[in-house]
Amino acid sequence: MNPPVTKFHLPNGMKVMLKEIHTAPIVSSWVWYRVGSRDETPGKTGISHWVEHMQFKGTPQFPAGILDKAISREGGVWNASTYMDWTTYFETMPSDKIDLALRLEADRMVNSLFDPGEVESERTVIISEREGHENQPLFRLGEVMRATAFRVHSYHHEILGDMADLHTVQRDDLYNHYCSYYRPNNALIVVAGDFETQAMRERIEELYGPLQAGDEPSRQARPEPPQRGEYRLTVEGSDDTTYVGLYYHSPVASEPDFFPFVVLDSLLTGPSGLNMFGGGISNKTSQLYRKLVEGDLAVGVQGGLPATIDPYVYNITVTVRPDRAAEEVINALDEEIQCVLDAPPTQAAVERAVKQARALFAYGSESITNQAFWMGFTEMFDSYNWFTNYLDRLAAVTPADVQRIAQTYLRPQNRILGVYLPAEKHGEVSQ
Amino acid sequence: MIRASFPGPDDITRVELSNGIIVLARSNFNSPSVTVSGYIQVGALFDPDGKLGLADFVSASLMRGTEKRGFQEIYEALESVGASLSFNGGTHATSFGGQSLIEDLSLLLELLSDGLRLPVFPETQVERLRAQLLTGLTLRAQDTRDMADLTFDQLVYKDHPYRHPDDGFPETIQAITRQDLADFHKQHYGPRDMVVAVVGAVAPEEAVDKVRTALGDWTNPDQPRPPQLPSVTPLEELVTQRVVIPGKIQADIAMGAVGPARKCEEFFEASLGNSIFGQFGMMGRIGGAVREKAGLAYYAYSQLSAGVGPGPWSVSAGVNPENIEKAIELIRAEIRRFVTELVEEDELTDSKANFIGRLPLAMESNGGVAGALLNLERYDLGLDYYLRYADLVNAVTPEGVLAAASKYLHPDRLAVAAAGP
Repeated sequence: MNPPVTKFHLPNGMKVMLKEIHTAPIVSSWVWYRVGSRDETPGKTGISHWVEHMQFKGTPQFPAGILDKAISREGGVWNASTYMDWTTYFETMPSDKIDLALRLEADRMVNSLFDPGEVESERTVIISEREGHENQPLFRLGEVMRATAFRVHSYHHEILGDMADLHTVQRDDLYNHYCSYYRPNNALIVVAGDFETQAMRERIEELYGPLQAGDEPSRQARPEPPQRGEYRLTVEGSDDTTYVGLYYHSPVASEPDFFPFVVLDSLLTGPSGLNMFGGGISNKTSQLYRKLVEGDLAVGVQGGLPATIDPYVYNITVTVRPDRAAEEVINALDEEIQCVLDAPPTQAAVERAVKQARALFAYGSESITNQAFWMGFTEMFDSYNWFTNYLDRLAAVTPADVQRIAQTYLRPQNRILGVYLPAEKHGEVSQ
Repeated sequence: MIRASFPGPDDITRVELSNGIIVLARSNFNSPSVTVSGYIQVGALFDPDGKLGLADFVSASLMRGTEKRGFQEIYEALESVGASLSFNGGTHATSFGGQSLIEDLSLLLELLSDGLRLPVFPETQVERLRAQLLTGLTLRAQDTRDMADLTFDQLVYKDHPYRHPDDGFPETIQAITRQDLADFHKQHYGPRDMVVAVVGAVAPEEAVDKVRTALGDWTNPDQPRPPQLPSVTPLEELVTQRVVIPGKIQADIAMGAVGPARKCEEFFEASLGNSIFGQFGMMGRIGGAVREKAGLAYYAYSQLSAGVGPGPWSVSAGVNPENIEKAIELIRAEIRRFVTELVEEDELTDSKANFIGRLPLAMESNGGVAGALLNLERYDLGLDYYLRYADLVNAVTPEGVLAAASKYLHPDRLAVAAAGP
């Protein structure tokens, strides 16, 4: 069920991970770069995401407009995404066509053009992408909450970047960022699916071996100082629905505390899982759903504990019922959180969370694309061992661990409480 | 390298139960999980005018309490084993989908059967659900994309039932009583022409037996036949409508006309044409003109939603409000070219290769295969359809694409909806 993974480094420092899976005539290839919005400074925010867009704008070998058609023509799907800690590009192709993806990624690792005209036309596209997000009240609330949670650390700003910077970033800023971080020694390639390991290894050595290593990219080291006291904020807008958001500073994924926190999140807001492609599970028996939705205070609640390199935040978002006020939801949230502070969960509740995680793993395993995603994703903040040990680590969590995590992290002094308020309801929240 | 093995007569089990339920099953032992999905022939077409959204409301109520279990017990049973199950109201049919570890397949089917046959519509749950539906409609009213689509449907399907949103309007959701839900369920829900696909780590015969055990004794002698669809009156001119949503930063455009039904003979011509027009690569010619060349939008693409009836053939784009007119004109220019000039051989070859090449990817997961099996049944495609698929794609010619494009689209006979600040 879990075939072995071949791992090695090329002499130029690039890491390679290969996993043969012969269940469908498909291969999924992912190139991961250790760069994201975490590596950006004020004035240049959004630059990692913009570089990702420029990676579709052509090299001498695959000019703009050729690249996208080349993959689609072979029946492949491809995409890219930029996160706080990483940027990734994937192609899932019929097995006999994967060589195109390998060649294309090797090429654009070092040969992208960043044509000034293309940079300008992409500027308006990215501004439009941000404007689309600004239409959503939860984006606007989240942006302010994030900036409040991270005054010092570069998780401060949105991955899309601040609008001010999207107007002023120049071609050379983008190109320099690309040259600094898009280097084999800052990259990982993961290939999973229907291939022979030895042949794939040779092909990757042939294509990626000649690429020149660069200097070790610079990293920011500005840890966020501990928060002292709860921060409360409101964002107003013309949308008619009220939202309540909670951010609690949380541990990094590589810390032992992360695993009991996953169980705690599962109990509070339902199982989240790690699937990018695969099924999910509803959360109607979670404690907060019962308290808030079954208590006729909210129409929905969700939570998430992102796996990150530096400490990030555990987040809970509540959509408030139109006939209820934010303050009522906040009081109910506090009551329910007090319960997990006061008493450990039952052993059965913890075991249930583990079974849910096992099911989510099985769903994610149906997809080769998702299996390749897991391999690279976990390498970005820890290692693939983190993934293979994940279920065992969850199974080892005790009720006392969960209570300790709640007491450590779910303190009001450790949180940012944000409310999105329809403009006409201003004044309903007491601060 | 292994060979593609698409579902076909050799490995799809198709059984019709005595009460009219069609069961489709296919094994996949690569993961210890199973997907169950399907539909019953009840949808928003049965909604009375003053109670639009009724069929959708009923489908959303099925998991809110049955004769055997209350709401929390239903979800306790499901979630405690990491399973999921949901119902979704549509225009023609109500669909369902669930997933579980293979050891929990019987439970999943039991909950499916209970939801379909034994819902009790508890008063408190109905009211809670109503509040959720109304909030959903409030969010819809403030979503530029949703409102552009809704307005587009109203323009293009004037006087046709497709103009109605399946989820209704706030006043119609308010008008629906608990008794309406129970009556609708009693009158319309039944097994005839229901389709269930089971795909996963289970032998097909066993899957069929389990479905038979759960649903084989369901009957409803009064189950109505699907309503007849009136024909659609094609647009004779350009009709436009703007929806103002204060406070928004970006506007959304939805424009196009009525396209073919899935069973129309020119479906493949229209579908490949649509790929060239607004899908292939970075969203085809539309993406090239609106996003890549003009830099007006983050997303700009076309879609062909051929279904049981004639679905829309439309273009969507999200643009700065200042650029609405410019984007509309660019899109109209592409439509004009699409309906007057033959597509290039190269373009057609590319899209054909894409259609054929991506088929294995669509079948990667149990859910993908289940969806593929349901398509066979919904549109009478035949169990060998995926084996014939490449031939069907390859038979399309540039002349055929032009004929299909010009049959359905015209740059001066379009519905154009835009929603924004």
